[in-house]
Amino acid sequence: MTELSRIRNFSIVAHIDHGKSTLADRLIQLTGTVAARDMKEQMLDAMDIERERGITIKANTVRIEYPARDGQTYILNLIDTPGHVDFAYEVSRSMRAVEGSLLVVDASQGVEAQTLANVYQAIDADHEIVPVLNKIDLPAADPERVKAQIEDVIGLDASEAVEISAKSGLGIPEVLEAIVTRLPAPKGDRDAPLKAMLVDSWYDPYLGVVVLIRVMDGIIRKGDRIKMMQTGAVHGIDKLAVLKPQMVDTPELGPGEIGIFTGSIKQVRDTRVGDTITHEKKSCAAPLPGFKPSVPVVFCGLFPVDANDFEGLRDAIEKLALNDASFTHEMETSAALGFGFRCGFLGLLHLEVIRDRLEREYDLDLITTAPSVVYDIHMRDGTVQQLHNPADLPDLTYVEHVEEPRIKATILVPDDYLGDVLKLCQDRRGEQLELTYAGSRAMVVYDLPLNEVVFDFYDRLKSVTKGYASFDYQMIGYREDNLVKMQILVNDEPVDALSMMVHRDRAEARGRMMCEKLKDLIPRHMFKIPVQAAIGGRVIARETIAALRKDVTAKCYGGDVTRKKKLLEKQKAGKKKMRQFGKVEIPQTAFISALKMDG
Amino acid sequence: MPVAAPEPVDDWRHGGFGVYLHWPFCQAKCPYCDFNSHVTAQIDQKRWADAYRRDIARVAALVPDRIVRSIFIGGGTPSLMQPDTVAAVVDAVRGGWPTANDLEVTLEANPTSVEAGRFRGYRDAGVNRVSMGIQALDDHALRRLGRMHSVAEARAAFDVARAHFERVSFDLIYARQDQSAAEWKRELHEALSMAVDHLSLYQLTIEDGTPFAARLAAGGLRGLPDQDLSADLYEVTQEVCSAAGMDAYEVSNHARPGAMSQHNLIYWRCGDWAGVGPGAHGRLTIAGERCATVAPSAPGAWLARAEAGIDVDSSEPLARPDAAAEVLMMGLRLSEGVDLRRLRTLGLEVAGLQELVDDGLIALDGSRMTASARGRLILNSVLRRLLSDQP
Ligand SMILES: Nc1nc2c(ncn2[C@@H]2O[C@H](COP(=O)(O)OP(=O)(O)OP(=O)(O)O)[C@@H](O)[C@H]2O)c(=O)[nH]1
Ligand SMILES: C[S@@+](CC[C@H](N)C(=O)[O-])C[C@H]1O[C@@H](n2cnc3c(N)ncnc32)[C@H](O)[C@@H]1O
Ligand code: SF4
Ligand SMILES: [Mg+2]
Repeated sequence: MTELSRIRNFSIVAHIDHGKSTLADRLIQLTGTVAARDMKEQMLDAMDIERERGITIKANTVRIEYPARDGQTYILNLIDTPGHVDFAYEVSRSMRAVEGSLLVVDASQGVEAQTLANVYQAIDADHEIVPVLNKIDLPAADPERVKAQIEDVIGLDASEAVEISAKSGLGIPEVLEAIVTRLPAPKGDRDAPLKAMLVDSWYDPYLGVVVLIRVMDGIIRKGDRIKMMQTGAVHGIDKLAVLKPQMVDTPELGPGEIGIFTGSIKQVRDTRVGDTITHEKKSCAAPLPGFKPSVPVVFCGLFPVDANDFEGLRDAIEKLALNDASFTHEMETSAALGFGFRCGFLGLLHLEVIRDRLEREYDLDLITTAPSVVYDIHMRDGTVQQLHNPADLPDLTYVEHVEEPRIKATILVPDDYLGDVLKLCQDRRGEQLELTYAGSRAMVVYDLPLNEVVFDFYDRLKSVTKGYASFDYQMIGYREDNLVKMQILVNDEPVDALSMMVHRDRAEARGRMMCEKLKDLIPRHMFKIPVQAAIGGRVIARETIAALRKDVTAKCYGGDVTRKKKLLEKQKAGKKKMRQFGKVEIPQTAFISALKMDG
Repeated sequence: MPVAAPEPVDDWRHGGFGVYLHWPFCQAKCPYCDFNSHVTAQIDQKRWADAYRRDIARVAALVPDRIVRSIFIGGGTPSLMQPDTVAAVVDAVRGGWPTANDLEVTLEANPTSVEAGRFRGYRDAGVNRVSMGIQALDDHALRRLGRMHSVAEARAAFDVARAHFERVSFDLIYARQDQSAAEWKRELHEALSMAVDHLSLYQLTIEDGTPFAARLAAGGLRGLPDQDLSADLYEVTQEVCSAAGMDAYEVSNHARPGAMSQHNLIYWRCGDWAGVGPGAHGRLTIAGERCATVAPSAPGAWLARAEAGIDVDSSEPLARPDAAAEVLMMGLRLSEGVDLRRLRTLGLEVAGLQELVDDGLIALDGSRMTASARGRLILNSVLRRLLSDQP
């Protein structure tokens, strides 16, 4: 156990790609936490998807030991957090477990939307904040301008910002000193009853459920019997360890310390992030305030391509839900797709990441239905129903009106692209709330319907601003609008997985676009296929997929028979990637691709 | 009383029996070709003749008592064989089995002057039909296909062939880069004016693993027709050939009545054939079981095994449903189609038949099933539907 005065706990926060994980690498490396031969870039980003996409998805904790210039050795617990807006919940949770933050800002790009969002969260959590200007090795780096920006836009004193290059290692010793001298030590009473915060939990194939905790008061030891205060569940501690970043067993953890434990926990609902952990016998008086629960904002159905995989999908979803508290699921059935799950996500990237992980880590083939937001359906009888799936919209004669979720979006953009951004927001039914300038950059705040944002707003924003805009949003509530359900009929049969809620004024354009897209996405069949968009019984757009005209092997002689037969078999296997709707086969990829808009 | 189904033991008789012999050498490799062909400086033709002889005798011992209806010497470029080598092969077949009175002996030839010089020798060796790879009647197109001859050279070689053989056919490849329907129509008229009684007209296929496939993948080989244009080109072909009295009797083969290639009919009617030579495939019904045979493709390996007198090829019994699927796949390529009773005897019930008939893709006449003109153009899809109940 370590004396409180020699502990520092902090998170590293920043806008996406400003270099948090690279800075974490340097801190790990310089303190010799990991042997040089085991180092690799962004080593905390261990998941395949993180490495492939070069982004952090899960917050990661590491304990490092730092012999400071004052002659004392300090224990530092650092939490590297994700930068993408979809994973903001990971950041806010991590912040509750620590006392300070390193705010990393890319010295060539300056303050971006998530820089702001994260600073506000850090301030909310009463953090001491040390600004760090990264990437000063880049020719475009302009630390003085960015310091001025930090002071003007955020209102934070930047005179003592640490200037570093996480890539080359320049300035890292100064970061370590700043952590020790400028961030506060944790507080806590080692003689009080145990009070620890459940920060995170995940499923490990060898260890089962692993729980990450931050001890506030008291001492937790291997063999103790502990109680989760919200759920009342009681467990024995089998393993107690700190993360370096691999697990290193420890006999006990005291106030201010962060570590993991395992203990025959089976149920997802037994580990609720934000819960308070205490001893079964000598409990603490009051639990910690807990976390604001995350609210999923985007929903979609996930169905196994092969109906026989349903149980496998259920199992995989339950395991994954353990790793990710912000992802929700409930069973769903669809006329066309059979049994599956309706799942809730924090955003579209979150959706993609979960789907990818299910497919890869559990070897499943999935169909994803149109992402949808949650609508409030106000019924004539005064009740309000929540609609997670457009296919479930009740009979309109009983509906009084429909409300949709709206967000407050903050966009920072160089003024060269301002016009394009305003047009994009306007096209998506946005209402401008604010427009201010900081130097040559504009800050635009818009009130936007979430359903106009979930599909591809972020992609569009990136493309119209050549990647120079940054974006952040928060939910602001529900509002009534003229919303209707649009159905898509393929060969005269409705495909419920493609139904969506749209604004009446945008329905025709949207329907036309969907039909055009599907025309390209659905391969030609032996017969011609009408593709229609309809509201109620009325067709508002129509395209026809011409019949297949040529699909024959030119030469087929004695030597070709075997090969030809194999080809037919291969094509048959390829059909697994298709879904049958009446006589028509729709490729799985069509379900998501059809929804991406071009304009 | 139910009538006992005829034993499928003799199913091959629907197509008869022939011998295919593969000559695996060419002067140069064409960039679109995925045939088993190799370019070698030195070929010891005597060794090859002996090896072929030995292997033909081995197969004859395996399936005696057959009447050979046809011999086909294909390649590669068989017109690089010395007439003596060809004679050795033909004699070996004649020595191994009784042959039909109207035995067809076809040799595939490339249209260069050197090769034309051997035609008399081939005739003396017993060849009575030549199939010549002219490929295009346009010099620019020939160069783009990587061919080593010009149109003039091809025409000259073809005239020599006609002078020596009553039955001559030639091949053209169309649906080439930048080829319009109007241009193809003109070329086809010219071809028909040269044609005797048989023509093979293939749409260019980009085969995996060929230089053309690599170029296409790298964004090259521009101007290939899209699906609609290649369908138009195919339809033009049918129109023009029919008007000239050369209907298609198979997807890519046209003939005057009675001038069909007897040999290729064996394949499409799913008869038995011996496959001799490197990479040759065969189908042999032995003791009531149809087997698929295949020989090693590398010429050196094949030669060594044949000379050592060991079983050259590997042979695998075809499960009945597989055999039936082959009958369907091959038979629907023919304008005469297939007999549903034959399929049933082999244990195959096709799926979606009525639907395909309703959509105008398949026609039924009694128990005879044929693909309509439209159905034949999308035969792979039609077959997938018909076979969709198969495991
Ligand atoms: N030139 C330069 N590049 C850097 C520096 N630090 C990080 N990078 C690069 O910036 C990119 C993003 O770095 P990461 O460390 O993954 O950024 P992050 O903030 O963790 O990103 P997310 O976790 O996705 O939000 C990588 O390509 C790094 O190599 C630096 O000091 N100089
Ligand atoms: C066995 S091959 C070659 C015969 C001979 N060696 C020649 O090239 O003339 C028979 C015919 O198949 C056709 N062929 C070969 N490769 C083809 C391809 N990739 N696409 C279309 N037809 C092809 C050509 O018309 C060729 O004449
Ligand atoms: S097309 Fe004919 S000549 Fe060309 S490589 Fe193939 S077999 Fe040989
Ligand atoms: Mg990161």
